[in-house]
Amino acid sequence: MFFRLALSSLWNRRGSAVLTFLAIAVSVFVLLGVEQIRHQARSSFGNTVSGIDLVVGARTGDINLLLYSVFRLGNATNNLAWQSYRDIAADPNVAWTIPISLGDSHQGYRVMGTTTDYFTHFRFGQGRSLALAMGSPFSDLFDVVLGSEVARTLGYRLGDELTLAHGLGSTSFSRHDANPFRVAGILEPTGTPVDQTLHVSLEGIEAIHIGWQGGVKLPGLPATVENIKEQDLTPESITAFMVGLKSRLATFRLQRQINTYPGEPLTAILPGVTLTQLWQMMAVMENTLRLISALVLLASLLGLAAMLLASIRERQREIAVMRAIGASPWFLLALVEAEALLITVGATLAAVALLALATSASRDALAERFSLFFDSSLITPDSLVYLLAIVAGALAIGLIPGITAYRRALQQQLG
Amino acid sequence: MVVSVQNLRFHYDKAPILDIPRWTVETGERIFLHGPSGAGKSTLLNLLAGILLPDSGTIEVQGKAINTLGARQRDKWRARHIGVVFQQFNLIPYLGAVDNIRLAAGFAGATGASGRARELLLALGLAEEQHHQSASRLSIGQQQRVAIARALVNRPALLIADEPTSALDRENRDAFLSLLLNQAGECRTALVFVSHDLALADRFSRTEALADINRAEGCH
Repeated sequence: MFFRLALSSLWNRRGSAVLTFLAIAVSVFVLLGVEQIRHQARSSFGNTVSGIDLVVGARTGDINLLLYSVFRLGNATNNLAWQSYRDIAADPNVAWTIPISLGDSHQGYRVMGTTTDYFTHFRFGQGRSLALAMGSPFSDLFDVVLGSEVARTLGYRLGDELTLAHGLGSTSFSRHDANPFRVAGILEPTGTPVDQTLHVSLEGIEAIHIGWQGGVKLPGLPATVENIKEQDLTPESITAFMVGLKSRLATFRLQRQINTYPGEPLTAILPGVTLTQLWQMMAVMENTLRLISALVLLASLLGLAAMLLASIRERQREIAVMRAIGASPWFLLALVEAEALLITVGATLAAVALLALATSASRDALAERFSLFFDSSLITPDSLVYLLAIVAGALAIGLIPGITAYRRALQQQLG
Repeated sequence: MVVSVQNLRFHYDKAPILDIPRWTVETGERIFLHGPSGAGKSTLLNLLAGILLPDSGTIEVQGKAINTLGARQRDKWRARHIGVVFQQFNLIPYLGAVDNIRLAAGFAGATGASGRARELLLALGLAEEQHHQSASRLSIGQQQRVAIARALVNRPALLIADEPTSALDRENRDAFLSLLLNQAGECRTALVFVSHDLALADRFSRTEALADINRAEGCH
């Protein structure tokens, strides 16, 4: 009867009640939406690389090394010598390594030279390994394996040929057009920078640079496939490499060894730690978004209080009747709170439903355009806390009209 | 004895408005209480209902000194033992007739009042199809009849009516009064009926002028 009374009372004022309901629903939607995107961005971000113990490059900042080696953002300040790589890879604690060589591009997408170990050992997400949607890893010198986004955006299929450009501009004039690559495989989407990368063998990178010096093509006949293959294609240097250890216990010791490597100045980072540092740099943005959505919510809850407060002025007679039939002033306070609660809970449920709908409707678009992959959990533990806070906030703000109703009831006489 | 008032004193500002040495209402009695506006009639009703507390003296209803009860107990007491009918606007406008009556029963802790609510409404001449119509869509005459049912649903010992006929035309007024007196009689409920329409007085068992029982003066 109590909630029926509250519902009937709201229904009696459905015009303003519905508007308040919508205001709260929209603001809860914004709050949960921001929270959802933040959560997913964070996990997408943290899922970029996993199962890799160290990333090693020439001496540079930790975040810079992570950005260019894992996120393919910016450029390496320097390369490291092949010999240094071999030395460290030979350490008894090292289980495997993935060398990477960056610097070329194809229509704005980065080209990464590596070995087939990349497909075996690289992990992302919760330890997922790379999977090929079709084809196989590169086996020939001029094979290329495409990230899913590259293949989709540029419309490549298995067996298609493409030429790489020297440098990183999408309209580079220096093209390695003498030696086209053939698409050997296309990877499954990962939601990481892998999707935007073309993978070729280290030797392939080396081969297309034969007859080049200092980034400029030397005049003369282009090298033919046959005479390239006769040459030694071991690179002199690489951009960076990833290390998997036999035992994680050795991580810090090896990191120290690499950082003090006598041959040349090197930097080794723990990708997880550096990812966290990088994410913390974005904390200001994150918190700003949260603050804004919290303020939007506060505004809508104040609107709720204003609506209920206005209603109490119209309800003087109602309060008199309630008092006459034995309602205590507390009952009237509780009734107003119940109305606040009904609107807020209803609006919150509507917002959650709307968010579920919006998420499933925009799932593909978000994955495609922003590489944001939404997992199924709509309500994160964080947002559960938010939901409770919203209800608590509604009850707290509902006290403003609630106490007004209480005081009026106390003063109300019969007649 | 339903009501027993002794040495009751009450004031709002400085001047005392009520000073009643002794006043009683017997079971089933029908009292017509009249007096000029501002004489303190409504104040007396509020005191009897436990909404206001006296400065001194005792008010016993059903043998219980209600001025010694706590606020919540007084509210509960009112719900169980006292029915109230106002001049107008007796009902929660957005609830139906039956729900208005059930709400009153709910405050008295009674359950399953729907049956009794329907009986009372039918006895008061409210057709079945109007039982669930929201109160704001009933005519004033109909609303006043629902108010009688609402006031009597808990079979109170005392029914307080504060000028309940003043919003009605003559015909409706007489019909309303008959229904009120009949129903109160059936429940053996004592009635304190406040009005200044002395033409109604002969239908009551006792007529009292407030000035006769109240020694306070000069506030009006």
